[in-house]
Amino acid sequence: MHLEYFQMIDRIISVDLNSGILVAQSKVPEQSSVFEGHFPGLPLVPGVLLIETMAQACGFLIMSKSKFAAMPFLVGVKEGKLRTFVEPETPLEIEAVMEHDGSGFAMTKASIKSDGKRICNAQLTFKTMNFPDPAFAKMIVDRAKELNMPSEHLPA
Amino acid sequence: MSTFDKVADIISETSEIPRGEITPDSHTIDDLGIDSLDFLDIVFAVDKEFGIKIPLEAWTQEVNDGKAATEEYFVMKNLCGKIDDLVADKA
Repeated sequence: MHLEYFQMIDRIISVDLNSGILVAQSKVPEQSSVFEGHFPGLPLVPGVLLIETMAQACGFLIMSKSKFAAMPFLVGVKEGKLRTFVEPETPLEIEAVMEHDGSGFAMTKASIKSDGKRICNAQLTFKTMNFPDPAFAKMIVDRAKELNMPSEHLPA
Repeated sequence: MSTFDKVADIISETSEIPRGEITPDSHTIDDLGIDSLDFLDIVFAVDKEFGIKIPLEAWTQEVNDGKAATEEYFVMKNLCGKIDDLVADKA
């Protein structure tokens, strides 16, 4: 997890397209410049970055369904609940669930737990659009490979 | 309950538009003021209600390319007709 670069996911653990569920893991870093401001003397992961973490897991789930044919952009957050503070070095288990795979959009639910304890959850809406260019698409696919996305969900 | 009544109820609940303002001739965008984000919630609810997948991407593309007028897809009576067609195709 590299907060400054919005690299919120360390590893994709599983992708099950039949049940529409992706599970991923991350560990909050011990040090980050984000913690210098949020907050001095009380380092906590900002809630918006927890939403971003859930969104990235959902995004990889959506892209895996189309073998990375299009890119999802977060357009809606509903029922967002940030249940507890998240400190440095906290291990995170992120679950993304496909609620509806629509035409040009997707509805998902996501949650994060740590050692079985609920941290946050939300319903996230995405609009799917073409990648801006092939180089951008390659960058996203390469990132998915780094995160251990199963090869059957990647472009040939 | 007719397709129109079901869709009008969904729009009213999703977008907080008074049910009485929604008529078969209402243009969902121009008359009812539904924006693209609210429309996703409506399509989601319609897809679930009717067990279909509205081809929103294709419709939008046709409108953007000038191959269809917005009225063809986004006036209530026409939208409901398209939904009926999709339900019939599924059967």
